[in-house]
Amino acid sequence: MSKTVTMKKKPVITKKELIKQRVLIAWSAVFVIYGFVFCYLPLAGWLMAFENYKNKTGLFHSQWVGLTKFKFLFSDATFLKVIRNTFCMGTLNLIFTTLTAIIFAILLNEFRLLRAKKVVQTISYLPHFLSWIIVTGILNDALSSTGIVNELLVKFGIVKDTVPFFSIPALFWPIVTFAHVWKETGWNAIIYLSAITSIDPCLYEAASIDGAGRWGKIKNVTLPGIRPTIIILLIMNMGNLLNAGFEVQYLLGNGLVKSVSDTIDIYVLTWGISQNDYSLGTAAGIFKSVVSIVIIVLANQIAKRTGEERLF
Amino acid sequence: MEKNENKSGKLNRLKVGDVIFYIFLYLFMLIFCVVTIYPVLNTLAISFNDGVDAMRGGVHLWPRIFTTQNYGAVLALRNIGRGAVISVLRTVLGTLFAVVANALLAFIVSQKNFVFRSQLSLFWVITMYVNGGMIPVMLLYRNLHLTNSFWVYVIPGMISGFNMLVMRTYMEGLPDSLQEAAQIDGAGYMKIFVSVVSPLCKPIYATIALFVAVGQWNSWFDTMLYNRMADQYTTLQYELMKMLSAVTSLKGNAGAATTGTQVNITPVSVRAAATIITMAPIVMLYPFLQRYFVAGLTIGGVKE
Repeated sequence: MSKTVTMKKKPVITKKELIKQRVLIAWSAVFVIYGFVFCYLPLAGWLMAFENYKNKTGLFHSQWVGLTKFKFLFSDATFLKVIRNTFCMGTLNLIFTTLTAIIFAILLNEFRLLRAKKVVQTISYLPHFLSWIIVTGILNDALSSTGIVNELLVKFGIVKDTVPFFSIPALFWPIVTFAHVWKETGWNAIIYLSAITSIDPCLYEAASIDGAGRWGKIKNVTLPGIRPTIIILLIMNMGNLLNAGFEVQYLLGNGLVKSVSDTIDIYVLTWGISQNDYSLGTAAGIFKSVVSIVIIVLANQIAKRTGEERLF
Repeated sequence: MEKNENKSGKLNRLKVGDVIFYIFLYLFMLIFCVVTIYPVLNTLAISFNDGVDAMRGGVHLWPRIFTTQNYGAVLALRNIGRGAVISVLRTVLGTLFAVVANALLAFIVSQKNFVFRSQLSLFWVITMYVNGGMIPVMLLYRNLHLTNSFWVYVIPGMISGFNMLVMRTYMEGLPDSLQEAAQIDGAGYMKIFVSVVSPLCKPIYATIALFVAVGQWNSWFDTMLYNRMADQYTTLQYELMKMLSAVTSLKGNAGAATTGTQVNITPVSVRAAATIITMAPIVMLYPFLQRYFVAGLTIGGVKE
């Protein structure tokens, strides 16, 4: 990012130049005011985490309590569980959606029937365009007692009785991971596929001449060729690791699996919106933001150390 | 193939390996496609099937007892019709506002000699990584009287750092000479933006419009947070979500959603119909827009 932001030569600011650019400056001012209000002003709300916020007294006159809310947070067993859930589900999603997308892209690249390839690709994008409401609804049907999955499991004698998928805590994380894989594999593969097609064909020819088979070419040409893309996307997505824990968990979770399904965002929602403890909700939100930034900076540092492509 | 292998050496052995590979490849892709599309087709079949009959299970790709009652029941719900209007409005207005605002911002930061270019750019890049979080944002909207209002769907999320960057990258790729020529002809910045840059940016505008439109159509969480109390502004997705949670609690309770008439609809069958109505616009449109989103993703993801 910084590569494009920092420029080689700074433009000289003269009065004439400013007058010439007055339209641009005026519009910039509009965008800065807009951005200040909607993106930067909410940061002032972080003050709430350090006080006993009441609607009546507002942001500036509520009682200051320092780190009390944070202390409560980290002594709350539920919050620690919620951190674990968010982190584990985020990591599982990241690993599996990345892996399946790469595998799918490599396989699709081996397709020789172009017509069929197009059809497969079009089908593979479909779930990405469906909302989580629809996806979880469909998943609910497929995994219900009369759903297709139980029907097949019973038919092939794998289980005797239907499996109540949504009441078994141990199955919740795999179901959420599967939901993400189902929804995003085809979509995420787009970018890997375009990275694969931009690999120099000479490299494949050279590998063939050296006697590399299909697997050899994938291992020694394709994978190294898309490595920078993989690294960049991994770093970018790691910043979202803790963000990936809301919609599915909220829609699929229920009382029986609460201990494994609740995430930081759901915790914020419950405390902040339902219980009206804005301070505690904000504190949990701050924790999430700070950890996200730390993760992305760390990932970037590691990439830099190992001489990999990096984000900034 | 086996015959060929017996005849001669290396070349054919390779072919046998190829054949096995392709058989596995195509088989895998077939399974992939079935897993992807079956649940959608199944929902479609259930939506056209008699509700009480569907509860026996075993409806797969084709309705067993065909009926359009489920759709009749959905369309008779007042919330659904109103929700659809709000969803269409937010998608159209939200997309329009977002494309115009992001394009103008991208145009400004793409001007190489603009004095505040790097500062303005950085100002928006920061917003991609730092945000206030759910509760401060909600309080802000409440203070700005954006809650319980339609405009909360359109105004706050108008500009995104990411969309701006994608558009900027595209604009910076246009030849400088075009803008210079227009400038020599005496065209001002706005004139250049509207009549020189924008016509050339149609593909990227289309891409961003598509991304924003899909996001607008699919979003439901903002409705739940900000417009839960304002029935007149709830969207189709949100109404579907309410139906879903109602069904989960009424699971297996046949006819609970009937309107008192002698029809065989169930919550499950009605929701299947509502699901199909909600996904229909996107499912019908996206195959034709493929080239736009593929192009857009490639610009956005592969940084130069």
